Amino acid sequence: MDVRVQEADFDVGTETRALSAGRTDVGAISTFVGLVRGAADGVQCMTLEHYPGMTEQSLSEIVAEAKSRWALLAVRVIHRVGPLQPGEQIVYVGVASAHRGEAIAACEFIMDYLKTRAPFWKKEQTPEGSRWVDARDTDDAAAARWLDVESRR
Amino acid sequence: MNLNILYFASLREALGMAREAVVLPGDIATVGALRAHLSERGNAWQRLGPGHNVKAAVNQQMATDAQPLASGDEVAFFPPVTGG
Repeated sequence: MDVRVQEADFDVGTETRALSAGRTDVGAISTFVGLVRGAADGVQCMTLEHYPGMTEQSLSEIVAEAKSRWALLAVRVIHRVGPLQPGEQIVYVGVASAHRGEAIAACEFIMDYLKTRAPFWKKEQTPEGSRWVDARDTDDAAAARWLDVESRR
Repeated sequence: MNLNILYFASLREALGMAREAVVLPGDIATVGALRAHLSERGNAWQRLGPGHNVKAAVNQQMATDAQPLASGDEVAFFPPVTGG
């Protein structure tokens, strides 16, 4: 399964090794791990809401789009939902390819598209109460870059 | 026309509703028309009208206001996404 949405934590080593398990054509693996940021702005806990069904479909479409742009051998995307503490892992993207260019570019592409297209919403609990996180224009700009880029091999 | 409508995140909280099943007159044939119809409920529902950044999906695919609606569709409204 290329994409998983789950409350449980994940092990980066296990997930990354699975990308090349039993094969010898993989020459490069690029990974991204997102963590819940906390201490600086007083966030005590975060809750991730999502749209069950559309979330998995949206992530699958993003992975399919990445596979159509680059020659990828394996892709794995994991996004956690539910309550999360600062410092916890929230998202994993792992991409395997023959050479590093495809893996690195596709990993960045998947995160940029996930940020602007996958239906997740973050709510932060702070000492002053809870607040929904606002979407950032810089995330839209990051995703828009890829509209002009056929591939970056 | 019968629709199942879902609301998420800050919009769900503002409306005090996560989902509803509605029966609509036939002239409400697009996402845009549905937004206008729902925003006429007033108060927090005006967030679905012009000037608010509320996204829409039809049958779990992102949709524009021009998207046609068919009976039985699942329509969702939500704020811009903030995952990752």
